Amino acid sequence: MTSILDMFSYTFMVRAFFVGILISLCASLIGVSLVLRRNSMIGDGLSHVGFGAFAIATILGFAPLEFAIPIVIIVSFFILKLNDSSKIHGDSAIALISASSLAIGTFAISVTKGVNTDINNYLFGSILGLNEKDIIISVVLSILVILIYVISYNKIFAITFDEKFAKSVGIKTDLYNIIFACLCSVVVVLGMRLMGSLLISSLIIFPTLSSMQYFKKFKSVVISSTIISIIAFIIGLIISYIYATPTGATIVIINLIVFIIFKLISMFKVNV
Amino acid sequence: MNLIETKNLSLGYDNNIVLKDLNIQVEDSDFICIVGPNGSGKSTLVKGLLGLIKPKKGEIIYNIKQNFIGYMPQETKVDSNFPASVFEIVLSGTLNRIGLFSFYTKKEKELAFKNLKILGIEDLKDKSFCDLSGGQRQKVLLARSLCSTSKLLILDEPSNNLDSKSKEELYKIINDLNKKHNIAIMMITHDLDHGNLIGNKILSLRDNEIFFGTTDNFVRRIHHD
Repeated sequence: MTSILDMFSYTFMVRAFFVGILISLCASLIGVSLVLRRNSMIGDGLSHVGFGAFAIATILGFAPLEFAIPIVIIVSFFILKLNDSSKIHGDSAIALISASSLAIGTFAISVTKGVNTDINNYLFGSILGLNEKDIIISVVLSILVILIYVISYNKIFAITFDEKFAKSVGIKTDLYNIIFACLCSVVVVLGMRLMGSLLISSLIIFPTLSSMQYFKKFKSVVISSTIISIIAFIIGLIISYIYATPTGATIVIINLIVFIIFKLISMFKVNV
Repeated sequence: MNLIETKNLSLGYDNNIVLKDLNIQVEDSDFICIVGPNGSGKSTLVKGLLGLIKPKKGEIIYNIKQNFIGYMPQETKVDSNFPASVFEIVLSGTLNRIGLFSFYTKKEKELAFKNLKILGIEDLKDKSFCDLSGGQRQKVLLARSLCSTSKLLILDEPSNNLDSKSKEELYKIINDLNKKHNIAIMMITHDLDHGNLIGNKILSLRDNEIFFGTTDNFVRRIHHD
């Protein structure tokens, strides 16, 4: 207990705590729709694009967040377009984009001498990497994501459940898909600082997958996955502080444990 | 009164015309069955009428707001493991009534409940969609489409994958909606061969030959051939 109190005596830990809660909340909201629309890989693809963008921003001396967010948003529009066209397979396109971005990022970092960058920070995240400006951007954007999600909640449900029907009742599905792609991009880039580009997609999909094992209504899935996400983050952060383990990986492991518990509960329910 | 009229309507995708020069009128009391083999343009026509695709040629004249046409897609297109309660799904049919800040009021909830009752599934209200049988799912999707219209329903193979008993029940409900609730129906169906002809008109899209007329005339024509 003293070590938990001790943890909050560091400003950077307090920052990480609050920003992390907001980002976990956003990630799980976005995750519900991504998982249910079978688009989980988009989150993964975008995180690799984010890595490439961060690397290039560092080399060119741009602020990473301000540079990466627009880049990732543009790429997400591109992926959206690919998904619409029947000619190219969306899956392979995402794989192509994600591998290329990862390669470009790694290449750029390795050929630039004199750049003091720890590539691990981008790949696996670092709560120390957040400066004051990053914190402000993260908080403002997370709150914006939550607001937009709440306002459009019923439409997001309709589009996620049945896009064709949603369009037939006059919902501008194309517009909402664009808005959703923006939300996704923002969440992925913000979460990357914390979780790293290799682990952020798990923050998006794990809570939804866990809650879907037990809950069978949309609203319950949305609410429970945000709760799961936040609790897993808090536990993960505390453990990573006490045992000096990498934060991102610890949070993912907690999420994995939660998922296994929910899976077991659901199996037990069927047997009874 | 004509709810919908098409004039030399051609529909298709990219450079591929699927349906050519279609002239039909949908009156407010009609029950039109749309028949034809796969690829004949049945679903394309539905998409066109709903405004999901734009006409390649010709025009569609509406006497009904396009987004107030009730639409029931094929059940197979809906993920059966989707975590959603029946009420959540049916309520989403009222989304054409509410604006940018899309929150449901008491009015929408009452409408949704009324339509659950019409289909006799009000006791399923809090059940999850994944726990329902095929027939129940169809009724849920029908209730949802009823929430978006009081005039015209377009149904895409509603009896697909149903056993004959559920099929009969569903057809009876649809017939009642047409006769008792005065809702015009357009229904894509494969069941025409079974001799259970329902509806007053038929639109047959077969081998580039379009027939649109009363069911009686259609039957007479078949016997002629």
